Amino acid sequence: MTTSVPTQHALTMQVENGIAVLTFDAPGAPVNVFTVPAQAELREAFSAIQRDPTIRAAVIISGKRDNFIAGADIEAFLDFRTAEDAERSSRDGHAAFDAVANGKPVVCAINGGCLGGGTELALACHWRIATDAPKTSIGLPEVQLGLIPGAGGTQRLPALVGLQAALDMILTGKNVRAKKALQLGLVDEMVHPSILRRVAVQRAVELANGSRRREPRKHGAGELLLDENPIGRAIVFRKAKEGVLAKTKGLFPAPLAALDAVAAGYSSDGDGYQTEARLFGELAMTPESQELVFLFFATTALKRDMGVEVTPLPKPLAISKLGILGAGFMGAGIASVASPAGSIVRMKDADTARVAKGLAAVREVMRDKLVRKQITRTQFDDLLLAVSGTTDYTGFGNADLVIEAVFEDLQVKHQVLREIESVVPSRAIIASNTSTIPIGRIASASARPERVLGMHFFSPVHKMPLLELITHEGNDPQVVVSAVTYGRKLGKTVIVVRDGPGFFANRVLSPYVNAAGLLLDEGVAIDAIDDALVKFGFPVGPITLVDEVGLDVATKAGAIVAEAFGARMAPNESLQRVIKAGRLGRKGKRGFYMYDDAGKKGGVDSSVYDLLPTGQRRTTVAAARIVQRCAYAMLNESVLCLEDGILRTARDGDIGAVFGIGFPAFRGGPFRYIDRVGAAAVVSTLDELEREFPGRYEAAASLREMAEQGERFYPATGKPV
Amino acid sequence: MPSSGTLRRVAIVTGVRTPFSKAGTLFKSLSAIELGRLCVAELMQRTNLNGTDVDAIVFGTVVQNVQAPNIAREVSLMPLLPKGVDAWSVSRACASANQAIADAADQIALGHMDCVIAGGAESLSNVPILHSRGFTDVLMAANKAKNISQKISAFSRMRPKDLVPVAPAISEPTTGETMGQSAEKMAKLNAISREEQDEFALRSHRLAAAGLRDGRLSAEMFPVYVPPKYEKIATTDNGVRDDSTLEQLAALKPVFDKRYGSVTAGNASPLTDGAGAVLLMSEDKANALGYKPVAYIRSYASAALDPGEQLLQAPVLAAPKALARAGLTLRDLDLIEMHEAFASQVLSNLRGFESQAWAERAGVSKPLGEVDRAKLNVMGGSLSIGHPFGATGARVTTTLSNELARRGGQFGMLTVCAAGGLGFAMVIERV
Repeated sequence: MTTSVPTQHALTMQVENGIAVLTFDAPGAPVNVFTVPAQAELREAFSAIQRDPTIRAAVIISGKRDNFIAGADIEAFLDFRTAEDAERSSRDGHAAFDAVANGKPVVCAINGGCLGGGTELALACHWRIATDAPKTSIGLPEVQLGLIPGAGGTQRLPALVGLQAALDMILTGKNVRAKKALQLGLVDEMVHPSILRRVAVQRAVELANGSRRREPRKHGAGELLLDENPIGRAIVFRKAKEGVLAKTKGLFPAPLAALDAVAAGYSSDGDGYQTEARLFGELAMTPESQELVFLFFATTALKRDMGVEVTPLPKPLAISKLGILGAGFMGAGIASVASPAGSIVRMKDADTARVAKGLAAVREVMRDKLVRKQITRTQFDDLLLAVSGTTDYTGFGNADLVIEAVFEDLQVKHQVLREIESVVPSRAIIASNTSTIPIGRIASASARPERVLGMHFFSPVHKMPLLELITHEGNDPQVVVSAVTYGRKLGKTVIVVRDGPGFFANRVLSPYVNAAGLLLDEGVAIDAIDDALVKFGFPVGPITLVDEVGLDVATKAGAIVAEAFGARMAPNESLQRVIKAGRLGRKGKRGFYMYDDAGKKGGVDSSVYDLLPTGQRRTTVAAARIVQRCAYAMLNESVLCLEDGILRTARDGDIGAVFGIGFPAFRGGPFRYIDRVGAAAVVSTLDELEREFPGRYEAAASLREMAEQGERFYPATGKPV
Repeated sequence: MPSSGTLRRVAIVTGVRTPFSKAGTLFKSLSAIELGRLCVAELMQRTNLNGTDVDAIVFGTVVQNVQAPNIAREVSLMPLLPKGVDAWSVSRACASANQAIADAADQIALGHMDCVIAGGAESLSNVPILHSRGFTDVLMAANKAKNISQKISAFSRMRPKDLVPVAPAISEPTTGETMGQSAEKMAKLNAISREEQDEFALRSHRLAAAGLRDGRLSAEMFPVYVPPKYEKIATTDNGVRDDSTLEQLAALKPVFDKRYGSVTAGNASPLTDGAGAVLLMSEDKANALGYKPVAYIRSYASAALDPGEQLLQAPVLAAPKALARAGLTLRDLDLIEMHEAFASQVLSNLRGFESQAWAERAGVSKPLGEVDRAKLNVMGGSLSIGHPFGATGARVTTTLSNELARRGGQFGMLTVCAAGGLGFAMVIERV
């Protein structure tokens, strides 16, 4: 007997032989999320299941092709006015999932992404089946939004998979694939997608008639020693806390709160669920979480932005063959992300030795994927075969896109541009990976300047998420749309900026690094500068950054912006002197820091002080002042980029700074940071800095105006972008 | 190609190969499949060919990988080609790549396909070592065993000699004769002296060296960056010796008949690793895609004789057939490319071309005649360049096509002898 009982629109319930199959399929949405109405539907459906005596058990499954449930509706978080609001929403989640856990048997049938609230629902069910499809992954990514799982995740996951495995997932927010989930005991079985529903219904029948019961998971030796006794757990918690603090430098409250919530679940007096709800509420009100939520919306909005303002939007050109000029660090890096994205790559350099180095660099990246089991041996072989090297232009004749990553010299760029144009089809797009030379100047040598643009990747390419795409006035919009589309295919976060010295990333980085150099000129210690900015939240300090990118590269970029922007960016003395002494940074194993033969970074190389203006004599500047001098130069320059039209929106500037140059994510980006501090306060600090360092901190006119009008870059409430 | 119906003209667009590397040297870590994949990928890169234009991959190899016997399919399953590209492997011993090319040409001529990549690869550094018959029986029995005691009983039947591994056969399965012994026998039967053989080997090395020096021979190969470090780069055939002398060759001891023999390591082709591939298209397809084919296939023929007689003499039967199908005579040819398995074999083949008896066996009224040495193997051959069995056919096709084009000649012929008493010949032409 089959009856179809349509509930409201996202959930459908079908009852077959006493088994209710709940299908979650949010209408018109690519993925299922727990919107407020969907939550209500789910509650109603489960309550109907409990009420109906003919229903013996239930299955919950998704109607989407490769998504189970992507989690909570993050837009709903914006409605939280107080910590109590957020805590209440967490409690509602507890009540809803408790009803599932304490009711008739429910089998959770997972195919595709199962995240956050989706995972918490799964945890509340009585049997979990995951498909072996590559898209199937399960996780609790809440910490990545500065939150913790709020619907019982911090309680039910450790109970199911053990403390260590649970912390590994909750503290990092990482997903696990089906196979790993099976190993962990997070799911009970793994099946092919084509039989998921059938097996799920079968299990529901078995759970209902008592012929199958979940067996408690067998504990491994490590678990018995640590997870299963209070002393062992204390050790695990202490280690985890140390790990979190080392990783976050104490700047990030969510993982510590997650630890507290998990720990409360093990303590005899505390109520884990209540602690979870309270901490979820508190975290939702933290600036850290609010900024990470902003970045979530910003990156989501960015994905819909093709970088051009024309209608109708041109169709992107297919790019399947990529030519790369220069098999160096950047060229090989680009190849190593293009191949996994399905491109056929031809990489040219001047001689076979350089080509060989490039191929070896690509192999390194692929080997890492192989070792991490992200790819199979066959995929590894294929990804390598897709990249081939050459010392001539063979293989460029059917290139859809050529990216040049040759020496940063306009003459050289012009020469290779002409060479490329003589061999590629006329439809081909030509991109320069220049980090500093205005793209319009490069394109001036082109016979088809409308097809030439800048694609500024960040090093190391396979790790850095940002792609800064630089357009010039004459670009064909279809070329821009195609390059944006391709950049996203490579897995990059793409911002489209307009042409100008240093574009966005290097332009805002220059006064920041320069301010650090000026502090060195005054005699401030290298590590004092770096430590101050690391404590502010940058992944590395500015002096370490210079060592990493190379002093030659940094001073060259500095010179280009100094030439363009004059006094504001007049170079410091220290960097010039150190590079003159032949120190290039990490690549030369000599810079501001020490490097051993393997290239591992040590402490400050104090012999470098002999080269600096004040020699070994060091002075002290307060950490807060160091942060102001460096970071505020960057904030102001970001506003100037928006004012000059280099940036199309503040949003792009925030995303560019966070994903390209390591601006602290939990501060949202330079524009969000100005909004939080307040334009007036920022201008007042800039004015004060300007008095002390004339010409360097002249507040951007638009910022001053915002300060006077009390305006912001983003709305104070509601969806930010 | 069948001789009836309307057949389409088949273009050899171009060919490319890896440098040939003596077994156990640069390519020792690469399998035939890997060499084949590198070669086909490079052919596609060099010709700016889109995978969607390819209909099939036909490939040959002699020493097969027992785990992946259809090398063509393994090669075709590469990121540059759609998974729906057809693929089959052929085996005609040392003429395998020739058979691959002939198969491909047939499909194009018949109108079944428009664009096929054909070739072959061989790794003699990676030959499968097999278990003995006894050990195989034990393993099979153990596999069928239903319990431990049956398993133990299966292994209890094993004898120590069963553990001796079996190297792949280097001798003819029917006659038990090794190829070297056959070459030795042919030298004696056809009265080919040691000096003649050494002189021919020396000529092969000198001409190949010249071809590498002036770039004519190098033009058909691409540098292979040898994984995993890519520091070693194969850029040239490493068996070619510019500095060898007749005296050095004469000093070498005969290998197969120590007392009366004349075949030495110096006048036999070396064990070699390498791959070669040729891009074939219908004339229309080549024009449509804007290619300028280096040559066209005019005809081909194959032949076989009793392997117990003169194992490597079948080209003498195949060549007249191919020429007859082409409607040409020896005099019409501008170039001849003969695979050099052994100097004694090439010289025996050449004598056969001049022999009335062999002409009659080939079914033609008079011998082909004397081959003009100035047109023969003008950039050396397998004796010097090397002989990766499955790849050689692609190499000779490419070498012949390129050199014919370079010289502005019209017709060229290639011949390849193969184990089993098989022979192959193909005539190509320029527009």
